[in-house]
Amino acid sequence: MQIHSPQFKQRAAEALVDPGLQKALGRAKQGFQVKRAAAVAGLPEFEALRDVGRDIKNHSLANLDFYLEEFAARVEKAGGHVHWCSTADEARAAVLAICQKAGAKTVTKGKSMISEELGVNEHLEKHGITPVETDLGEYILQIRDEGPSHIIAPAFHLNREDWEETFRRVHTDLPADRVFSERRDIMTEARARLRQKFLTADVGITGANFLIAETGSSVIVTNEGNGDLTQTLPKVHIALASIEKMVPTLEDATSLLRLLARSATGQDFSVYTTFSTGARRAAELDGPQEYHVVLLDGGRSNMLGTEYQEMLRCIRCAACMNHCPVYGAVGGHSYGWVYPGPMGSVLTPTLVGVDKAGHLPNASTFCGRCESVCPVKIPLPKMMRHWREREFERHLSPATTRSAMGLWAWLAKRPEVYRAATGLAVRALKLLGRKTGSFAALPLAGGWTAGRDLPAPQAGGTFMAQYAKSKRQ
Amino acid sequence: MSRDAILAGIRRGLRRGELPEDQKAMLRTRMARPPRHLMPARSRLAHAGQVALFVANLEKEFATVTRLTALSEVPEAVAEFLAAQNLPPQLAIAPHPELTGLAWEERPMLRIEARPGQAQDFASLQHGFAGIAETGTLMLPSHPTRPTTLNLLPDTAMVLLRTSRVVGAYEEAWDLLRAENSDSRTGGFMPRNVMLVTGPSRSADIEQTLELGAHGPRRLHVFLLDDTQ
Repeated sequence: MQIHSPQFKQRAAEALVDPGLQKALGRAKQGFQVKRAAAVAGLPEFEALRDVGRDIKNHSLANLDFYLEEFAARVEKAGGHVHWCSTADEARAAVLAICQKAGAKTVTKGKSMISEELGVNEHLEKHGITPVETDLGEYILQIRDEGPSHIIAPAFHLNREDWEETFRRVHTDLPADRVFSERRDIMTEARARLRQKFLTADVGITGANFLIAETGSSVIVTNEGNGDLTQTLPKVHIALASIEKMVPTLEDATSLLRLLARSATGQDFSVYTTFSTGARRAAELDGPQEYHVVLLDGGRSNMLGTEYQEMLRCIRCAACMNHCPVYGAVGGHSYGWVYPGPMGSVLTPTLVGVDKAGHLPNASTFCGRCESVCPVKIPLPKMMRHWREREFERHLSPATTRSAMGLWAWLAKRPEVYRAATGLAVRALKLLGRKTGSFAALPLAGGWTAGRDLPAPQAGGTFMAQYAKSKRQ
Repeated sequence: MSRDAILAGIRRGLRRGELPEDQKAMLRTRMARPPRHLMPARSRLAHAGQVALFVANLEKEFATVTRLTALSEVPEAVAEFLAAQNLPPQLAIAPHPELTGLAWEERPMLRIEARPGQAQDFASLQHGFAGIAETGTLMLPSHPTRPTTLNLLPDTAMVLLRTSRVVGAYEEAWDLLRAENSDSRTGGFMPRNVMLVTGPSRSADIEQTLELGAHGPRRLHVFLLDDTQ
């Protein structure tokens, strides 16, 4: 997938004034936050399970080489094949070779972020093979030639009217004046379209939420059932997985699954959680005749042993972006690559380089909500801070930022001057903002206030003044 | 070769070489006897309580349930359910001896075919392996007598399950599979495909609003046969 992360500021500014997008983003609270909170409240053990989840992933990563080899051996024993790929190029080539060997004309696809990372669709198309996205959200994005804006709800940025308009435009064999009286009607139309595709596809490509060493299985989680139809009906199934999806046993995967759906959609469990192990067995009446796992490193092994290792625990639930005030304001496309929100702000610089994605870790208020909802307790703000340091060290941050930081550092090293200056600033801002309680614009901070208001200081003065006052009481 | 490059990269990151044999042996033991982690208290009940929780969770997830007291009641219950849903009296059933052995001929109006699922199927009847009370989840492992497509292609998916097959937590269902299933290819217990199904197909991709009936079955109905009374 093409990288637009260097244009983050421009894209975010556009997103803030896009009324359709802002309407869609307004659904994050009811659509995700409230549902997650209810699911978590329904499981008293949830907090304790977050520790379990963290420990399982840490154990898996600490022994990753061992478990990958065990996994591969079991896949082969079950009649499958593992394709080890260091780079995106190798993985694309492996997918294409499997499809070409199968004589594939069309390929159905379940939702896979690795596929987005690799740009599988473009690669297949270039070689005359037609990929068909079957996840409802991915289906409409493929029609509209857009990338996903969210890792579990790819069409999060679209509103119902966008769906209706797009379906009318491309499903031209249906009556133009048909009525979509409910959302269900839109879904039913897509279902009917994709049925035929499922039945006639030569290869099915899915992602994998987990790989299990004990059994040599890949696991997918869906609500629609599209992933299962994709991997069951064609004669070849390809599971795309990055190396950090590895867990040792079914029990380990089970504990993580208890966290996944609750954190993602607020369901207790997704509708279809499916474990695939090898190719069709001798007397079986259905299932794929070939099973391939395309195993991608793609920069992950470089993260081991660094301050970003903990990011490899991520189970891609999207809770961090669902609770992020920045994501909630600018949406997923602003981030400019596959992974948006806090997890993307950490992962994207590691996978594509901080020179291209340096803006992303800066797009955070460090409010800490992402870390507080992360099911495997990834310290996302801390890692974004590491990126900011790296960016600063490598002189990648703009001159204005650097001189402002220099000024601040000079002040911070002189407490008396610092207190005098901040005390003065607080009084001035309080005076100026006493009518509205906030500032829509400030001199020298136009870039900052263009997208948000600065609250005016309330009674009590600076933090130090309030602290001193509370000590006296 | 990429395999070696990836493994070497991992070991470089972890600042060690290949694991020594004794540690590998320890990890192999962990895989052979997988430790159970925290199992939520909600399913730690006497069996009758687990069955009640299983049914309550099935219904919470928009599945429906008919309780039966004898296997022989199945054909009549299936016929009645299809009629109540205004569905034609025809269905694909899993080629499992327990289902094919039923006295379907007593319901001559019902058209039965023992085979995998097909795209135009109105209804199917699968043979359930286990039920998991924790979330109202069905465990449906693939087998020559349990085709996977029956879970996916028909508009209405029906499953026969005995109450004796209802367990509390997922871990207990895995243990049933470990104890009872033998895979023809690997000699291990894991079949080609294990589906954990929780309710009928759905999507919230349009405006984050849940709608039933995405690509899989629009209805999920469980015939729960009481064999533990």
